[in-house]
Amino acid sequence: MTISSSVEKKSELEQPQPEEHGDHRLFGLIGFLIADGMTFAGFFAAYLTFKAVNPLLPDAIYELELPLPTLNTILLLVSSATFHRAGKALHQKNSKLCQQWLIITAGLGLAFLISQMFEYFTLPFGLTDNLYASTFYALTGFHGLHVTLGTLMILIVWWQARSPGGRITNENRFPLEAAELYWHFVDGIWVILFIILYLL
Amino acid sequence: MTIVSSTPNNQEPKSLQPKGWLKYFSFSLDHKVIGIQYLVCGFLFYLIGGALASAIRIELTSPVSDFMPRDIYNQVLTLHGTIMIFLWIVPVVNGAFGNYLIPFYVGARDMAFPRLNAVAFWLIPPAGLMLISSYFITGAAESGWTAYPPLSITTPAAGQIIWILSVLLLGGSSIFGGINFIATILKLRRPNLKLMQLPMYCWAMLGTSILVVLSTPVLAGTLILLSFDIVAHTGFFNPTLGGNVIVYQHLFWFYSHPAVYIMVLPAFGLVSEVLPVHCRKPLFGYTTMVYSIMAIVVLGLVVWAHHMFTSGTPPWMRLFFTIATSFIAVPTGIKFFNWVATLWGGKISLNSAVLFSCGFIINFVLGGITGVALAQVPFDIHVHDTYFVVAHFHYIVYGGSVFVIFSSIYHWYPKFTGRMLDETLGRIHFVITFIGFNLCFAPQHWLGLNGMPRRVAEYDPQFAFVNQLSSVGALLMAISTLPFLWNVISSAFKGPKAGDNPWEALTPEWLTSSPPPVENWDGEAPLVVEPYGYGKKEDQQHSEVTDQSNDFEKTMQKK
Repeated sequence: MTISSSVEKKSELEQPQPEEHGDHRLFGLIGFLIADGMTFAGFFAAYLTFKAVNPLLPDAIYELELPLPTLNTILLLVSSATFHRAGKALHQKNSKLCQQWLIITAGLGLAFLISQMFEYFTLPFGLTDNLYASTFYALTGFHGLHVTLGTLMILIVWWQARSPGGRITNENRFPLEAAELYWHFVDGIWVILFIILYLL
Repeated sequence: MTIVSSTPNNQEPKSLQPKGWLKYFSFSLDHKVIGIQYLVCGFLFYLIGGALASAIRIELTSPVSDFMPRDIYNQVLTLHGTIMIFLWIVPVVNGAFGNYLIPFYVGARDMAFPRLNAVAFWLIPPAGLMLISSYFITGAAESGWTAYPPLSITTPAAGQIIWILSVLLLGGSSIFGGINFIATILKLRRPNLKLMQLPMYCWAMLGTSILVVLSTPVLAGTLILLSFDIVAHTGFFNPTLGGNVIVYQHLFWFYSHPAVYIMVLPAFGLVSEVLPVHCRKPLFGYTTMVYSIMAIVVLGLVVWAHHMFTSGTPPWMRLFFTIATSFIAVPTGIKFFNWVATLWGGKISLNSAVLFSCGFIINFVLGGITGVALAQVPFDIHVHDTYFVVAHFHYIVYGGSVFVIFSSIYHWYPKFTGRMLDETLGRIHFVITFIGFNLCFAPQHWLGLNGMPRRVAEYDPQFAFVNQLSSVGALLMAISTLPFLWNVISSAFKGPKAGDNPWEALTPEWLTSSPPPVENWDGEAPLVVEPYGYGKKEDQQHSEVTDQSNDFEKTMQKK
């Protein structure tokens, strides 16, 4: 016991020392994103198998309108770029610019969600109409949930960056980097989803 | 900053942590406390699952359904399977021993994400209570632990939905744990400790965690789709609405076959820790062991459809999955022979830990042989959904994993509590368990080959005698728990003091006090580059280690 207390004293003396081990939160987040990606992979596999094995009745086949989802794809891709700019601005220690890019990214995410909702309301089929319709809503809905969470994350990071204490700085980049990585992941999933669901 | 608990200079979280026995009921961030929480919680669920198994065996002593109504039998069956897999074996072989041992083995003071660790544990009790309470409120799920549609869609919905929610929570817990283990092993390892110098259990947990992270989310996605089918009446897996039940089976087994390895790979690792210590010999074939684990991880992900040979799988698929499954026998066989070679010529002290490990080797090779047989399509079609499969499965998960859990408890109990277990009671426990287990499950091979279907409460009267034999075995297994329970409870208070290293082991968890201090070591973590250096190098290795600690004590005293 005496030994352990002396260890604590010793480390108190060297107060400004950093953590004993490095920051592995980003590594953990990547692990989580791999797991999350596997959920999507399961959904995609199910969708493709349904498409290959279960033929639909002729009256249940729809041509999906392309303009709106294409706009959505552009919105998300642009938002990935703007988020990247936010990170760059933070590197240059320009907090104001970083906040601007963040709020633009959040706006693009919100625009995506509104556009997606608009598509839902204009589609000629509902959730339980047939297998294809169910899978369509399950896939886009699950992705939409991710976009919603991502947008909330961006807004939280933006709020933290705005706070006068400056909780998001170049030294404390993790919240921004985590949200950015997550956002790129969600965008990447959308591109795959767009190809599989709308183009194939 | 989330990484506070491992820094000794931060006093605040420590003062918030309760001391003494209360810490085991708290949101503790200490990996050792969380490990014990996993172990005790898992064991309580094991007792419940065991009681359910006893109920099943009582029902099956007579060919007619007279002990309980048939729908209750289905619920008991489902709860037994789900509890034993998701609440006992998976949390204990991964969560309990993984949390306790992995930070020691990599030379860290805690896991990489202590808070995530605590969250992962505290997801389990509510999920388990929810699952069990569904039996009393609405009736539990009735579709078995596989929850195949259309059965799971047509049986009462409330119990099935609670089952799905509970398994989703447990899956989430498992994924969090898996990410944590990967980060701890790869990132928190001491800088001068190479991967190939780690104890085998680290490799087993690394492989297992990869399987957990890759396959569990697929099960989660599948169960979400299934819950849509039940609640929102979509038709993903409902043939009457144009859905496809086979897709469910594919997605389900994509998780649930790796789940077998999630249950048994850590057990492999634990056996590889226990045997060298008590045989006073290095682990035979370390490198081949590592490659075998990784081969099992890769192959384990591409064999799932061997569960579906009677589900109309096309011939090419049967061929592929038969060959891939048969290949798994190669790395598993390598591991088996390595353990035998580790025992060969060793100074074996035949204590309870070794007895259970040897019991594991015997049972596992029997279960493995029937596994290779089941991978062959013609044989599988003959015995599919019969008691042969039940026997094979229990030889793997009970004869394999549960024997190893008991072996590990006998091995690490002195480290957990600082006191020794009673050896006589341990041997009685082993003898009754081993006889009971084989009496219970060996006859079921015969039952299955003769066509007794699984998951039924009534059967052909010609099977009555063998079923009664099996039930006697189950009774012995139930009785065998009593000496074990008495042993662990009484030894915690009255057992002889164990000292720091009663087995004279070389792995890092033994190079500290028993039970270990909060920071694992009072000072610098020892660097163990040869965890299995028993035998001729033993004295040299040992003196090296003691020298290190002496140096440390000297430097501390100077300060």
